[in-house]
Amino acid sequence: MRQFFSQLISFPYFFKLAQLSFPYIFVISIFVILLGVSWGVFFSPSDATQGDVYRIIYIHVPAASVAQSIYYTMVVASITYLIWRIKMASVFMISMAPLGALFTFLALFTGAVWGQPTWGTWWVWDARLTSTLILLILYLAIISLFSSFDRRDSTDQAVSIIVLIGGINLPIIKLSVEWWNTLHQSASITLSGSSIDNEMLIPLLISILGFYIYVTAIGMRRMQIEIIKREITHNWVKTIFQEKR
Amino acid sequence: MRKQRRNRIIFVSSFIFSLSLASVFIILAMNENIDFYYTPSDLTSSKIINKENLRIGGLVQEDSIESSQDSLETNFLITDLENTVKVNYVGILPNLFKEKSGVIARGYFDYSKGIFYAKEILAKHDENYIPKEVKKALVNDS
Repeated sequence: MRQFFSQLISFPYFFKLAQLSFPYIFVISIFVILLGVSWGVFFSPSDATQGDVYRIIYIHVPAASVAQSIYYTMVVASITYLIWRIKMASVFMISMAPLGALFTFLALFTGAVWGQPTWGTWWVWDARLTSTLILLILYLAIISLFSSFDRRDSTDQAVSIIVLIGGINLPIIKLSVEWWNTLHQSASITLSGSSIDNEMLIPLLISILGFYIYVTAIGMRRMQIEIIKREITHNWVKTIFQEKR
Repeated sequence: MRKQRRNRIIFVSSFIFSLSLASVFIILAMNENIDFYYTPSDLTSSKIINKENLRIGGLVQEDSIESSQDSLETNFLITDLENTVKVNYVGILPNLFKEKSGVIARGYFDYSKGIFYAKEILAKHDENYIPKEVKKALVNDS
């Protein structure tokens, strides 16, 4: 276990592992997303109150879930970097932040499209929507911070601290619908069960799984690129590109 | 090296601790302002809220919707199952607006008449998703 972990944080080993597994994970993710979303959109029954509009759930919920999960993993990475100074942790943060921003935007966008016909408005400043917007701003701040320092290690350190501070937002997003009166309804899927009918829930879970696999694939690819950027002068990078030729 | 790492662990954990403490205080202090809407009980209790853009939310009471025949005017009651508030609204209602379902009205409350004049009505739906056929069957059973 210990050996596996120390191999995983070594740049050449991770690079080769990602190089080998990326095509498979990527293809699987596309397949699972297509399965979940098309099942949900074309074959699941319409909702009793919302009709067919609810089908945007098959994009909205997976996107929102992934958007928050990415930040959770980034918080773990930031603590790892601050304590052990593991470079892979900062590679992880810089690679995942744009993905997080993308999926947060997707969640906000699909939420607005869904809100217009059901609630009667694109946007309100309720606690759930506002805290999700703050998540997007946090991601954008992290991305811009990465390119604003000259020295690598001071950048990584500053970013880790910002990621850690922003982590406070996560429980707020999660619990906003429980703590305060919001326009957004409370969670349908909880640890104690789900208030979504099984015929609608199964494609949703498949779609969520697909989004997670997709993020894993793209995240690995982005980490590879970041590793190459950082290690461009090292011999192992040169050998890899010579082998290609 | 070991000592340095221990110091970092202490730094990071005290950082997280003070950060959480600070946010708990901020949230407690702002608690009421974060609420998106008030409930009918908030309005009928002694607390007077004189705001131009006040929001109240609850359920549309059963058999309380009175729509005007020749205009877009609607009168209905919002209830939180304890207290009710009479709402007057002129405009187009959202699709999901119906009896026994969630609603949020924005407007002002006329304390002398006891009527809430709404400028905007939003529908609030719940977290349950259920196919039409299943719902029909459930209703028939009960």
